[in-house]
Amino acid sequence: MRAIDLEKTPLRELNENLHQLKDGTNETEWEVLNPRGQHAIAVGVDAPVTVTIRGPVGYYCAGMNKQATVVVHGSSGPGTAENMMSGKVIVKGDASQYAGATGRGGLLLIEGNASSRCGISMKGIDIVVKGNIGHMSAFMAQTGNLVVLGDAGDALGDSIYEAKLFVRGSVKSLGADCIEKEMRPEHHDQLSALLKKAGVNGVKTSEFKRYGSARKLYNFNIDNADAY
Amino acid sequence: MCGIVGLFIKDKALEPRLGELTAGMLATMCERGPDSAGFAVYGASKAGEAKITLQSPEPDEDFKTLAKVIEGEIGGKVKLDVKSTHAVLLCKDDQIDAIRKAIREKFPRVRIMGVGESIEIYKEVGYPTEVAKQFDLVHMKGTHAIGHTRMATESAVTTLGAHPFSTGSDQCLVHNGSLSNHNNLRRDLKHDGMTFETANDSEVAAAYLTWRMNQGLNLGEALEKSLEDLDGFFTFVVGTKNGFGVVRDPIACKPAVLAETDQYVAFGSEFRALAGLPGIENAKVWEPEPATVYFWER
Repeated sequence: MRAIDLEKTPLRELNENLHQLKDGTNETEWEVLNPRGQHAIAVGVDAPVTVTIRGPVGYYCAGMNKQATVVVHGSSGPGTAENMMSGKVIVKGDASQYAGATGRGGLLLIEGNASSRCGISMKGIDIVVKGNIGHMSAFMAQTGNLVVLGDAGDALGDSIYEAKLFVRGSVKSLGADCIEKEMRPEHHDQLSALLKKAGVNGVKTSEFKRYGSARKLYNFNIDNADAY
Repeated sequence: MCGIVGLFIKDKALEPRLGELTAGMLATMCERGPDSAGFAVYGASKAGEAKITLQSPEPDEDFKTLAKVIEGEIGGKVKLDVKSTHAVLLCKDDQIDAIRKAIREKFPRVRIMGVGESIEIYKEVGYPTEVAKQFDLVHMKGTHAIGHTRMATESAVTTLGAHPFSTGSDQCLVHNGSLSNHNNLRRDLKHDGMTFETANDSEVAAAYLTWRMNQGLNLGEALEKSLEDLDGFFTFVVGTKNGFGVVRDPIACKPAVLAETDQYVAFGSEFRALAGLPGIENAKVWEPEPATVYFWER
């Protein structure tokens, strides 16, 4: 285990060390101490290692993550795991705005609440939030899955494409072109697999509702010509 | 961008450390606003006495004679406490109008930054840690303080364009964001007798709240109204003699974090600003909800 104390070591040195790791490295366990809300911690890691961060982090933690598992023992700032490609990011506390934005793969698990714009423009990432999510979440979400055990804020899934949204609690309002959809057997299976992957137990897939695109914004509709 | 910090102390034991804690918080927000910085500190007040914070581009010249000249004009005693380009004039509260008039006539380049029983306001162009050092923030005591680091977007980088803005007795406001209807609103407020020192959008927000509170609303109610009448992006932190308020616009893209313990309520644009506060590990830390007024009063 390599322990790096950010009170003593500059952030850039930590990230350079992490960037040098290759597949097959023996240094698979990293611990980061005293993050104190600093930005861009463990951004751009591309190796199958685990980075455990002891405390709250600032903007863009674990952004562009590939392969690595990054665990934040605290809350995280805006843009957590932004554009993640693969691997796993776990936030034990709350996550700020636009967590998992534009993410292409991997799993983002937020054990607390996520703020506004969670999963905005997501493109294949799986996001599981144990608490609530804020307004404008999954805005223009393209593919991937967003699972919320709590409630969703205003304008969920506005202008959504083909991402799947599963919400257990209430939805304050749906955004343009986002509708509730039937939970067919394959969706129960899919959700069940997602919950298992996130290590969430004691929750039934029948407690969730599914939301997705009505596909009415896909093509220009001549009836709307007057609106322009 | 801009950075905001605020500290509202609940436990008297922490009051001597207000300046030190605020300076620490402000220093973490330099990158968010390197153009200029400012802070309002609510310190000790005595019944019947007032503080007028002044600023001069030529402090050596103006402040050398100011107290004597003012005393001659108003026929009473005042005390002047000079801190770099600023000075706090201590006077009786019934002398304020006469002093305002005397300063306007005798020292036209001296600006009044704030007036009240307990508020002192300091702001200057420069890197925030340098500005804090210039006014010795670290040694200031009091009940609550609000600080700002500015990255200018809507108006010029000048001392008067720095935050906080004070448009009413013991009131101040800092802003992260930009307002889109400030010109219309300024015109309406001018009709109602409000006066403006700058072309800055945040000053309009401050004056708006003062105007609402002059109508008899408390800070919380005035902030509720601001959600109806102000258009644009904003996170505001506002101080009054006894109160401390926070509000974000409905889109809420300007960052904000609040923390509360038995000892204090603290605001930061980011968690970094709060990381050095005592007991932060066990504080309740949360992001203020959009279009929701948060307001504490002692």
